[in-house]
Amino acid sequence: MLRLPNFHYHVPESLAEAVRIKKDLGPLAMFVAGGTDLYPKMKRRQQEPHHVVQIGHLEELQGVRRLDDGSCRIGAGITLTTLAGDTTLKRDYPALAEAAHLVASPQLRNVGTLGGNLCLDTRCNYYDQTYEWRKGISFCLKKDGDTCWVARSSPKCLAVTSTDTAPVAIALAAEIELVSTRGDRTVPAGDFYSNDGIRYLTKDPDELVTGIRLPPPNGWRSSYVKLRRRGTFDFPVLGIAAWIRRGDGGTDAPVEEARIVLGAVFSEPVLAPEAADALIGRPLSTETISDAADAMYKLAKPMDNTDFLLSWRKEMVKPYTKKALEKLIG
Amino acid sequence: MCPRNSLAALPWFHEALPRLDSPPTTAYPRPIMYKHRVIDEPGRRLLRMTVNDSAIEIAVRPHKTLLEVLREDLFLTGTKHGCELGECGTCAILVDGEPVLSCLVLAIACEGKEIRTIEGMADGPELHPLQTTFADLGAAQCGYCTPGFLLTAQALLDENPDPTRQEIKNALAGNLCRCTGYLKIYEAVELAAKRMRNGSDSEAKR
Repeated sequence: MLRLPNFHYHVPESLAEAVRIKKDLGPLAMFVAGGTDLYPKMKRRQQEPHHVVQIGHLEELQGVRRLDDGSCRIGAGITLTTLAGDTTLKRDYPALAEAAHLVASPQLRNVGTLGGNLCLDTRCNYYDQTYEWRKGISFCLKKDGDTCWVARSSPKCLAVTSTDTAPVAIALAAEIELVSTRGDRTVPAGDFYSNDGIRYLTKDPDELVTGIRLPPPNGWRSSYVKLRRRGTFDFPVLGIAAWIRRGDGGTDAPVEEARIVLGAVFSEPVLAPEAADALIGRPLSTETISDAADAMYKLAKPMDNTDFLLSWRKEMVKPYTKKALEKLIG
Repeated sequence: MCPRNSLAALPWFHEALPRLDSPPTTAYPRPIMYKHRVIDEPGRRLLRMTVNDSAIEIAVRPHKTLLEVLREDLFLTGTKHGCELGECGTCAILVDGEPVLSCLVLAIACEGKEIRTIEGMADGPELHPLQTTFADLGAAQCGYCTPGFLLTAQALLDENPDPTRQEIKNALAGNLCRCTGYLKIYEAVELAAKRMRNGSDSEAKR
């Protein structure tokens, strides 16, 4: 039986108190909102906080709010079910609602939050195992060991980003709100991740994600597609988020701006400017989409540490990029 | 461990069971629950919640999941213990009417919440229409996944009395069944929805 280890449970009354607790306790404390990522990892002793700080109830983390400039602020504590079902979000940011809908299973989405998915721990076949399993291979670089079993000569951890909402947040050029005892700041979603399986977030450890800000929906279109073994439960082994803005002149107008993000291949979701360049200045058509898919295919270098054969996962980048972009035609 | 060496030694244990010599009553025995207040054990905190319409006061340690408290402290063993990692759905219960996985929810995070487990699904001796249709259509084989399926389906039907096959599939996408192949389960939910809509209680009960 997998049981949670003992820990101290804190329920702060305010955001200020929450970040102060984290500041005081340092790496011994971890924030938790839904717990659908943290608790399984604590059961397998992948995360071993002595203090767990509940933040899901904090007022600053709630709600979907339209700001005066037309942009939208979403609290990090709203559940993925709410995010996937919110009618304004479905209309204005369909890719984000779709990504939230594709996370895990309905029961997990009822508890799991947006902030939790954005900060989702990176995953790897050698890391997401029980303590005994990991001990059996003398542990890996990410936790308790010093060898990366995916690539033994690798100096850095190659665990894979497995969040569905982050590629969309980057494609939409969202901003992430962070709060710590030193004050608050916002960072572009594209700068929030780093390509290291262990330190996969660029934020300071004591900073708390309170929400994201999405730009006003003015004419651009976005989409997200996800590859996984089953139609439910599984983490992505490939996620493609696409965003385009066309000039005036309807659906045949040339693409002015584009962002395509490759998720679940590297340790961070990666923006692919080469793929965007294949689209910019040309109308979205079968030919341009094919060029963009080729650029994505060149970029993707999956490692053998998730489900499926890595050669097949790389092969799938092309059709999935096409699928994401074809959703934007018309 | 909690102080329970013998179930039968507990003073309320025999009271909770129907007496054989008494005539059948309309009041069915409540599911057995161990209502205790143990707060002198270090690290325990008093928790108040409603379980199957009964107010419960229980002292729990923070690292106890709701699944562990329901099964091991309240003896509500209808909620099944599966993968414990959120990958199977058999421990699904309703918290304030929403299906969640009790293996990944801390009991102390449920302060003031309304919990419904499979024991609280039937109304006394009268089964819930979903339970009846699951039995009628053979939507349970080994039965281990059934409590999770029933409660998740109940949450769906409470919200949407006339779901399409696709809506049922989406709602039940978090529950694994390795016996039935799902078809009978979908059919049972559809039939239960139909029976509940028609309000033909006599038919639902048979």
